[in-house]
Amino acid sequence: MPVQWLLLLSAFLFSVGVYGVLARRNAVIVLMSIELMLNAVNLNLVGFNAMLQDRALVGQLFALFVITIAAAELGVGLAIVILVYRNRTTVSIDEVSLMKW
Amino acid sequence: MTKVVFAIVAATMAFGAVRLVTTKNLVHGALYLVITLLGAAVVFLLTLAEFVAWVQVLIYVGAVIVLLLFGLMLTRAPIGKTALDNSQRGIAALVAGGLFLLISTVTWTAFDSQRIEFIEPTTSVQLGEELFTKMVLPFEIVSVLLLAALVGAVILAKRDD
Repeated sequence: MPVQWLLLLSAFLFSVGVYGVLARRNAVIVLMSIELMLNAVNLNLVGFNAMLQDRALVGQLFALFVITIAAAELGVGLAIVILVYRNRTTVSIDEVSLMKW
Repeated sequence: MTKVVFAIVAATMAFGAVRLVTTKNLVHGALYLVITLLGAAVVFLLTLAEFVAWVQVLIYVGAVIVLLLFGLMLTRAPIGKTALDNSQRGIAALVAGGLFLLISTVTWTAFDSQRIEFIEPTTSVQLGEELFTKMVLPFEIVSVLLLAALVGAVILAKRDD
């Protein structure tokens, strides 16, 4: 299988994730889009590991680390979202603009 | 055979991702994300990374989606009441499209004629040996980071009475 196909798929998923982060209003959907981007990176890491026939398996191990970090990020992110909802009864990103320049 | 399976899975993943960022119903968005994440697990299986595929199914499809659905329900996600996209939608589409063109052309030309050869699948024994010999320090650091994130999430979400 040509490795370019995998790279094309992951580039597409990453770009869709970027669109979701920039255009969506609900904070939880933004977190989902971030997960999409992290997944695109994982596809690349595992694909390159298979392409290089790496005996040290660095690509796969990094994919595992990225999955772990994504879980940690999501936990803290959702805690912040729930805190914002409790204080302001909205999770719309447009309305949470106190620290925006 | 692998090419056909990959093409079908890739098309499904792309559909799920696009529907995630365009759907009106937020809960449906989470379910479309499940499609994309399961597709990623299938791609990991195709690239013979078995352990990563099962970790993907367990952590993403199992835990992360449940967490996201809880997040949607606890924040009483508005369905169909307000506009889900903000006013920067056009600029966002422009940026995402440009980024896709840039990444895809660069990687397409850089990895021309490179192929993934399928020789033997990675066993979890190999992966574990690498993880607990050469990569043991990053592993420990990640575990401490997970603990810190857990404590931080509990402290943030706790009501202080």
